[in-house]
Parts: sequence; C-alpha cells; structure tokens
Amino acid sequence: MRALDAARAAALLFVAAILQASVFSDVRILHGTPDLLLVSLVAVALLRGSIIGALAGFWAGLVFDTAVLGTLGVTSLLLVLTAYWVGRYGETTGRDRTHAPFLAIAVVTFLYALGALFLHFMLGDPAPARVVLVDTLFQTIGLNLLLTFPVYRFARLVLGIVPRAERVEGVSLLGQ
Amino acid sequence: MATLGSPAPRTAAPSSTLKPRSGNPLKRRAVATVLVIASLALLSVYFRESNGGPVHHIQSAGASVLRPFEVGAERVARPFQDGAHWFGGVLHAHSENARLRAELDRYRQRALQNATAAADAKTLRALLRFETSPSFPLGYHAIATRVIARGPSPFVVKVVVGAGSRQGVTPLAPVVTGDGLAGIVSRVTANTSLITLLTDQTSAASGLDPHTRANGIVRHDDQGDLILDRVSKDQVVNAGDVIVTAGWRSGNLDDVYPRGIPVGTVTKVGQTDTDPFKNVQIEPFVDFSALDSVLILEPPPASR
Repeated sequence: MRALDAARAAALLFVAAILQASVFSDVRILHGTPDLLLVSLVAVALLRGSIIGALAGFWAGLVFDTAVLGTLGVTSLLLVLTAYWVGRYGETTGRDRTHAPFLAIAVVTFLYALGALFLHFMLGDPAPARVVLVDTLFQTIGLNLLLTFPVYRFARLVLGIVPRAERVEGVSLLGQ
Repeated sequence: MATLGSPAPRTAAPSSTLKPRSGNPLKRRAVATVLVIASLALLSVYFRESNGGPVHHIQSAGASVLRPFEVGAERVARPFQDGAHWFGGVLHAHSENARLRAELDRYRQRALQNATAAADAKTLRALLRFETSPSFPLGYHAIATRVIARGPSPFVVKVVVGAGSRQGVTPLAPVVTGDGLAGIVSRVTANTSLITLLTDQTSAASGLDPHTRANGIVRHDDQGDLILDRVSKDQVVNAGDVIVTAGWRSGNLDDVYPRGIPVGTVTKVGQTDTDPFKNVQIEPFVDFSALDSVLILEPPPASR
C-alpha cells in the first residue's frame, strides 16, 4: 500500500515537474508565473505527511533540475525543506482544516521565493531581489492560490484520503 | 468526545494505528536530514565538477530521457498556450490601443499648446520688435494685452482686450500690433477695453507717404477696401510705397495717432477726370482676421 502510494505521488510529481518545466514556466500572467510543481508538492505533503513529502520533494527537485538542466540539488534542497515543513504542518495544526492548503501555499510560495533567492545568490547566480520579491511575488502567490483547489482535489483523487484507521479517534484524560 | 470523570471512548482500532502519521520523530528528522545532506552533496559535486563530470553526464542522460515527456507535454499544451497567447494578445492590444489613444490625445493637446505658444511667442516678438523699432512713437509707453473677445461676425470691426483703466489704458489711445496700426481704444472699463479697428467704417487716420510726402486720410471705402483718401492729383503716390500715420499737429490739437506708425502698402493708384482726388488703395500690414495680441500706445501725460 505504501509503495503504491509512493509510486502514485512520484508519478504525480513527475508529471507536475515536466509540465512546470515545459509549459508553466512559460506562462506569464501579470508578471507572475504559476508554480504547479510547488502546489502539487504541497498537496502531496499535506496528504501524506513530512517523510513522504520530503522524499517527494527530493524526487521532484531532481526531475525538475534534470529537465531544465539546472544545478542539480538546488531545487531538491528547497523542495525537501518546503515539503517537510508543510508535512509537519499537515500532521499537526493544519490537519483536516479546509484552509490548510491555501495557507500553506501562501506561506510556502513566499518562503520558497526567499530561499531560492538566497540560494542563487550564494551560488553566484543572478538574483534580482526586487524582481523576485516585489515585481512578481504577489502575483505568483495569487496564481498559486488559484491552482491550489484544483490541484489539491486532483492529488486527493490520485492519492486517496488517509485511511481512517491512521487517524486519532479519541483521547483519554490524564489520571483516569 | 471526552467527558470529565470518565474515560474517553476509543474505537477498536489497534493501538499501533493511533500513532499520527510520520509519528516517529527520529525517523522523520533522519529522513529530512539525509535528504538535505544529499541535496547539498549533489549541489556541491555538481558545482565543483566540470561539464564533462559524472553528475553532469547523469543529468544529460536524464534530460534525454525526459525530453520526449517534455516535448509531449509541450505539444499537448501548445493549443492552450496559443489560445492563451492569442487571448492575452487581444487583451494587450486592447489595453495598448487605449493607452496609445490616450497618449495620442495627450501629445495632440501638447502639440496644440506648443503651436499656440509658438504663435504667441511670434506675436509677442513682433510686438517687442515694434516697441524697440524707430516706428515706435517717442514718449509713448506700450501696454501689451491680449484680445479676449471678438465681434460675432467674420467682418469683425471691434474687439475687446484684457486691459483697462486699472492697467493705465485711456480712451482714444492708438492700438498697434507688431505689423502696424490696428485701431483705437473706443471704450475703457476697469479691466477691459473696446478697440475699434481700422477696418471699421467710422475709423480714419491721417496717412503719409514718407517717400513722396503725399498725405491723405486712411479709411475704408464703401467696398470695404482700405484707401488713402483725399490725396490731391498733384501729389505723387507710387504702388509699393509704404503709408504711415501722419500724426499732424494743429495748434494745441494733436492727432490721436502718433506719427510714423506703419499702416500698409500702396497696391494700386488711379485717378479719373471727374474725381479731384487720386484713388489710392492700401493693403494693410495688420491681419485683422487673426488679431491675437496688441499694444496699446499710451501717450505721454502732457499730451492727453
């Protein structure tokens, strides 16, 4: 079951990475670019937790960097951290909350942009902070939020919801 | 639901399933740490090695494998992209069209303002030139003002200017442009004055041909042409001569027009046996249909 789950998540993120590299990177709406890969990864991490999320982030980053012939490891590093954080959020406070995907996407898009900027700056790549943080960030957050609902629904459809047996059904009060 | 004083009911699920997902913190952190280290290691190796290094080779091979997927995705998305581009292009063209129209209006307005300013500057330069020229009557001072209202018909004979008694304008002051004589102040209010132009049938000024000393009365005839009237046949006037105001003086009486203001050029000279005077037609220097700014010549206080 877990292997099948992982395979589904890997396939989902593979498609997302390919689509991001070949289609979505070219989309410019109000100077923003939707990040299908990030939204898909957030959905996977929310639905499957931090460990699967981190593994999925590493895989998705590898596929994406390979597809765009970018520096291997950069996207993986960012997506691992992103997915781990989102996975923990999904396992704790964000669990079963309707707004969790939207909140996670808004926060993660911002942090991902910040992280990517920092990493590219450290690597000596061109890192125009004004373009990333001022000119395009809010548009990108908006576009990612628009993608969130359909992508999250699709990811739930592909991965299925968490089995009920894995959920905490009740608690006992201490001292009883 | 938990109730105080009683244990909360649970389902019959085995205790192991009560653990939250990714419940083992050690395992969770270990996986994340390993992946982060792997990413950093990959990044470092990739960054250090040359383009022919093993990681680059693996990446190139991976890219070759992914290429068909990318091409397929691109082909599938192409119609949608084209549609989006077309739609975006239409929207962009629409907004650009509106922007360019607004810009065109702005530039048209600016061009109009510039043209008006250039015309104003030309007129004012002409006025200034006249004020500093020898034609400017001695002792007079000029009040420059703009025409602010005109008569309703194209055959306008009176105009209102934006200077009045508060600006020092007095009745019967001659009015000129940079080209020559325009008329006379016929009425003065506090801030405006009515100018009767030389084209008015009631206007008249003493005229002089400075070359031949022939003199007469500059006025309009019944056909509306400007003529130098009352020029006797023994006086000589030639076509092309310039007529200026004569500015005669008789005892204590001065002509309202000072001497030497250009009026026009003689275009035609004729005479008949029955008429005791020559028929001298003049082309005025001033374009009365495009009167915009004028100078009101205020005489020295002693001659008022």
